[in-house]
Formats: sequence, C-alpha cells, structure tokens
Amino acid sequence: MDAVPLNAYLILSAFLFTMGAIGVVVKRNPIVIFMCIELMLNAVNLSFLAFARYQTNLLAQVSGHVFVLFVFGVAAAEVAVGLGIITVMFRLRESIDVDEVTLLRG
Amino acid sequence: MGERLLFFVLAIVAILSAGGVVFSRNPVRSALLLVLNFFTLALIYFTLSAQFIGALQVIVYAGAIMVLFLFVIMLLNLGSPDAVPPERDLKRPLAYLIGFGILATLVAQSLALMIQGTPQVSPDVGTARVIGLALFTQWAYPLLLMGALLTVGVIGSILLARRRVS
Repeated sequence: MDAVPLNAYLILSAFLFTMGAIGVVVKRNPIVIFMCIELMLNAVNLSFLAFARYQTNLLAQVSGHVFVLFVFGVAAAEVAVGLGIITVMFRLRESIDVDEVTLLRG
Repeated sequence: MGERLLFFVLAIVAILSAGGVVFSRNPVRSALLLVLNFFTLALIYFTLSAQFIGALQVIVYAGAIMVLFLFVIMLLNLGSPDAVPPERDLKRPLAYLIGFGILATLVAQSLALMIQGTPQVSPDVGTARVIGLALFTQWAYPLLLMGALLTVGVIGSILLARRRVS
C-alpha cells in the first residue's frame, strides 16, 4: 500500500490555514474576512480528521470526527452572529470597510 | 499510486481555490471559489474514511453557510469589486511576513512528526451510526452545550438584525 502519509495532510492543512490568516489581515471587506475564517476552520478540521485516521484505537478515531462536528456547530453560530453584525454595520453607516469602523457604539 | 495521485490533485485544487478566495477582488468570485474549496475538502475527507463528515461538509458548508454568505452579499450589494476600495499600506507586507512565519512553523512541526505507516481502520469508523452513538453517549453534554450555543447565536443575530422601531 502506498497510502498518503500523515505529514502530507498536515502540510496541506498548514497551507490552507496560512492562506486564511493572510486573508484575514489583508482583506478589508468583512464578508471576505469571514470566508477566510471559514478557510482556517476547515484547515483545522482537515488536520483533526487526518490525525483521527492515523489513530489505532476506535474511540480516538470517532472522537476526532466528533470534534469536527463541534467545529461545524461553532462555525455556523459564528457566521450567523457575524453576518447579523455586518448587516447592522451597513445599516448604521452605509460603508462596511473594516478600517473605518472603529467604534462599537452605534 | 492512485491514492497519492488523487490526494495530490485534490490538494492542488484546494490550495489554488483558497488562494483565489484570498486574492480575488470580487467577493462573489471569492464565495464561489470557497464552495469549490469546500467540495475538494469534502472529497479529501472521503479519502480519509470520514464519509459522514464529508457529506455534512457538503450539506452544511457548501449548502447552508455559503447560501448565507451569498445572501448577505446580494442584500447589501457588496458584489461590486470596488465596494471596498483596495489600499496599499503597511498591513500587506506585514501579513505576508506573519503568514510565512505561521507556514514555516506549521510545516516544520508536521515534518518533525514521526508517525509512520497507515493503521487499518474498521470500515464503519466514519459512518453516521458510530458517530451518532458516540455523540449521544460519550459527548452528550457537549452536544447539549452546542445546541445552546446555536440557539443563543440565532436569537442574538435576530435581535441584531431586527429593524429598530423608533
């Protein structure tokens, strides 16, 4: 068998995470910033699943999958709240440039 | 050969689409490339014998979350590339520096990892039955907390987005 080594999955995950991190810093459109955060969460999910695949014990493998499910839940909650905040931000000042929004007060 | 080739192709597509998400000027294009990225990741999950998670990835991310993103882009009319004008400033080189640091650290750590060989997994590891069993017995309390978190999140976003009657 010439299975893919664990390192390969982790390096792919590192690349995706880095892309997301660069995007979060560089981008000024909050929607794209959210997409980059999703990218980072997915990179972490990939490494969770890769580590789960390379465990020998069934309990540990299933625990890895369950963790990914929890990350899904957190991502969904985060997107719901974040998009609500973006909507309010847009309504308050017609501009959604994150560099211009310096006050949380309306 | 086949397994490595498949992983290589999927990894290239995933990295390119992630780069497209970050470097595309148009938010709608970013969103669609993100869908492509989620699909390739779902295929990689399938190769990791995580069928249930792969299916959920397609349903939850590529289905629900991306629809939410596109809905907000259309609602707020953010689709035009100059909704937020680009600006050259100090952040950009700093971001690349930080990104290179993160990448170098993570790659060095994962190359130093010494786990050799692929253990055999039983064929029902990634099935909904096994995961559901674990979720509702061993992880029952975290699951309840997750439900509470989602409820609070949804109620909070409704309260935020509600038009104030003044």
